[in-house]
Amino acid sequence: MMHTVSLVEMEVGRECVVWQFAGGFGFTRRIQAMGIRLGTKLVKVSGSRFGGPVIVRAGNVQLALGHGMASKIAVQFETNAEGGRDA
Amino acid sequence: MRRVLLVGSPNVGKSVVFTRLTGVYVIASNYPGTTVEFTKGCMRVGDEQADVVDVPGTYSLEPSCAAEEVAVRMLDEMKGDDVVVNVIDATKLERGLNLALQVLSRRKPTVVALNFWDETKHTGITIDAPKLEAMLGVPCVPLVAVTGTGLKDLVGKIACARSSEQVFDDGRRWDEIGRIISAVQRVSHRHHTFWERLGDASVRPFPGLLVAAAVLFTAFAVVRFTGEGLIAYVFDPGFEGLWRPLMMRLSAILGSTGFLHQILVGDLVNGGVSFRESMGLLTTGLYVPFAMVMPYVFAFYLVVSFIEDTGYLPRLAVLLDGFMHRVGLHGMGVIPILLGFGCNVPGALATRIMETRRERFIAMTLIAVCTPCMAKTSMIVGLAGRYGASALVPIFLALFAAWLVIGFLLGRFLKGQSPEILVDIPPYRMPYLRHLAKKLGMRMLWFLREAVPWVLAGVLLVNILYSTGAIHLAGQAASPVIKGLLGLPENAVAALVVGFLRKDVAIGMLAPLDLDLRQTVVGCAVLAMFFPCVAMFAVMLRELGWRDTVRSTGIMVGAALAAGSILNLVLRVAGG
Repeated sequence: MMHTVSLVEMEVGRECVVWQFAGGFGFTRRIQAMGIRLGTKLVKVSGSRFGGPVIVRAGNVQLALGHGMASKIAVQFETNAEGGRDA
Repeated sequence: MRRVLLVGSPNVGKSVVFTRLTGVYVIASNYPGTTVEFTKGCMRVGDEQADVVDVPGTYSLEPSCAAEEVAVRMLDEMKGDDVVVNVIDATKLERGLNLALQVLSRRKPTVVALNFWDETKHTGITIDAPKLEAMLGVPCVPLVAVTGTGLKDLVGKIACARSSEQVFDDGRRWDEIGRIISAVQRVSHRHHTFWERLGDASVRPFPGLLVAAAVLFTAFAVVRFTGEGLIAYVFDPGFEGLWRPLMMRLSAILGSTGFLHQILVGDLVNGGVSFRESMGLLTTGLYVPFAMVMPYVFAFYLVVSFIEDTGYLPRLAVLLDGFMHRVGLHGMGVIPILLGFGCNVPGALATRIMETRRERFIAMTLIAVCTPCMAKTSMIVGLAGRYGASALVPIFLALFAAWLVIGFLLGRFLKGQSPEILVDIPPYRMPYLRHLAKKLGMRMLWFLREAVPWVLAGVLLVNILYSTGAIHLAGQAASPVIKGLLGLPENAVAALVVGFLRKDVAIGMLAPLDLDLRQTVVGCAVLAMFFPCVAMFAVMLRELGWRDTVRSTGIMVGAALAAGSILNLVLRVAGG
C-alpha cells in the first residue's frame, strides 16, 4: 500500500521516495542541487521533534534541513497490508 | 597571467587541492563588493607560472547566494587560456555532475578532478573514469588530494586542458546526468560502516546530546591539561631559568631606573623583575603573549582543528539548531561562536557562513561581547585563579548569562527572521595528521603575527599613560562609574583604556592593583565584555559597516556596565 506524507511526518529509518516539492522555485532548485530530487530514494535518519531539523540520507549524501523545509517535501513509501500504518 | 580556477561544491576538497597545487596555505583577501572570501596562489603549468584561485564553493551556477554569485562572476571573467579545474566528490557523483555540466556548457578549458577516489572503494562505488572522460569530453582525473595521489596527472592535464565539445541539453540536465551515471557508475550493496552508525547516532537528540556533552567536556579537559602543562613545564621554566637572568642583567646595565628602563624592563617588584607586573616591553610584553596566552591558544587550536577535520561540527550545529533559533541564529551559528573562543577575529570572519546580515550581526555581537577569546580566558584564569572557583564561576557565569540575555533580546526584537538550516553533513573522517599539523602551525603563526605587536603596543601605552599622568586624570573623570558603579580602584581605568588594544594586557594590568575577590570578578567580567579589541573592531567595521559596529559596541558597553554593577552589588551583599 502506498502512503504519501511530508518528510516531517515520515518515520525514521524507513526508505521513501521524494514525490513532490511544495516550496518555491528557488527552494526546489537549491535542494535539487544539493542532491534531493523528485524520485530520489531517501532514508530519514533523524526526526524533527521539538521543531528541530530533519536529517536524511540519499546515497552518500546526508543533509540536515529545517523543519519548515522538510514540511514542504512530500515523500511516498510502501507498506504491505499487515505491517502497514495509516498515512 | 594565465589563471586556474578551482570550482566545485562546498566541502569537496578544493582547498586541499589548492594547497597541493600551490604550496600556499592561506592568502585570504576580501573580494571587492562582497563579503565572500577567495584565495589565490600560483603554480607552474608547463613552462609558465599561473595564478590559482580557490573559488568559493557552489552547488550550482544558478546563483542563490552571495558566494555562488562570486563563483559565477569569476567564471564569466575568464580569459582565453584560463583553465577551470572542477573538483568533484567522487562519492557524490550526481551532485558533482550537476555542477560539472553547467561548467562545461560554458565552453572553457576544463579538467574534472574526481576527489575522494579512495573513499569510493570502501563506499562500494566503482566509476569508469575513461568512459566518463569520453562522455564529458574533458579529462577526468581520479584524485586523493589529501595524500597527493593523482596530483601529478592532474597538473599534466591542466597544461593541455581543452573545452568540451559535447552538447548537453540544459533543460533536461537531470536526464543527461542520469544517463551518464548509469553508464559510468556501479554501486555494490554494502553494510553500514562503524563510522556511519556513529554518524547517525551523533545527530539524533538521543544519544547525540550526550555525545556532544562528552565531546565538549573532553575538548575542554584537553585544552586545559595541555595549556597548563605547557605553561608549567615549558614556558614558565623557560622564562624563569633563561630569560630572568638576562632581564636582571639588562636592568643592572640600565641602572635599575630611568625612562629606557621603564619602557624595556618596567617597574621592579621587591627589587626584581616580575613578569606579570613589571609592565616592560621585554618582560610583561613578552611573558603575556608567549607564556600566558600562547600555550592555551595552541591547545585550543589543536583540539578545534582536530574536531573540525573529523566532521563533527555540522552535527553539533544540527543538534543545537533548536536552541540557537532562540537567539535568532540557526545551528550553524555554533561554528563561528566556537571559533570565537580561540580568537574573536576568525570567529567574526566565519560568520560569513550565515546567510543574512541580521544573523551575522547577532553572531558577531555575541562573539564580541560574551565569547571570551583564549587570550582573555587564559589571563582571567591566570589572574582570578588564585581565588579558585569562587572567582572563576561568577565570571564565566556572568558571561554566559549575558550571552543568553543579549541573544534572546536580539533574536526577539531585531527585525527579520532567522532562516532555516540547510546543510550538507559530511561523513566522519579520520583527520590527516600532516594537514592537522600544517593548519595548527598556520593558526599559531597567525596568532603570533596578530597578537604580539598589539600586546607590545598595549604595554607601551600603559607606560605612556602612567608616566604622563594621563591615567590619573582619566581615573578621576571616570571615578563615578569605576568606583561608584563597579567598585573598582580608580587606576583600573587604565586597564579599560588599554583593553581597546589588547584584552590580555588589560586583564594583566589588574594584577598589580591588589584587588580583592569581588573586585577581581567585576574587573575581569567588565574587561571581557567592555569593548572589542582593536583587531576585532577593525573586522567588525569591515564586515558590518560603521552603523552596525556602533550599535554592537553600544550593546557591549551597556552589557559590561550592567553586568559589572550587578556583580558588584550581588558580591557585596553576598560578601557581607
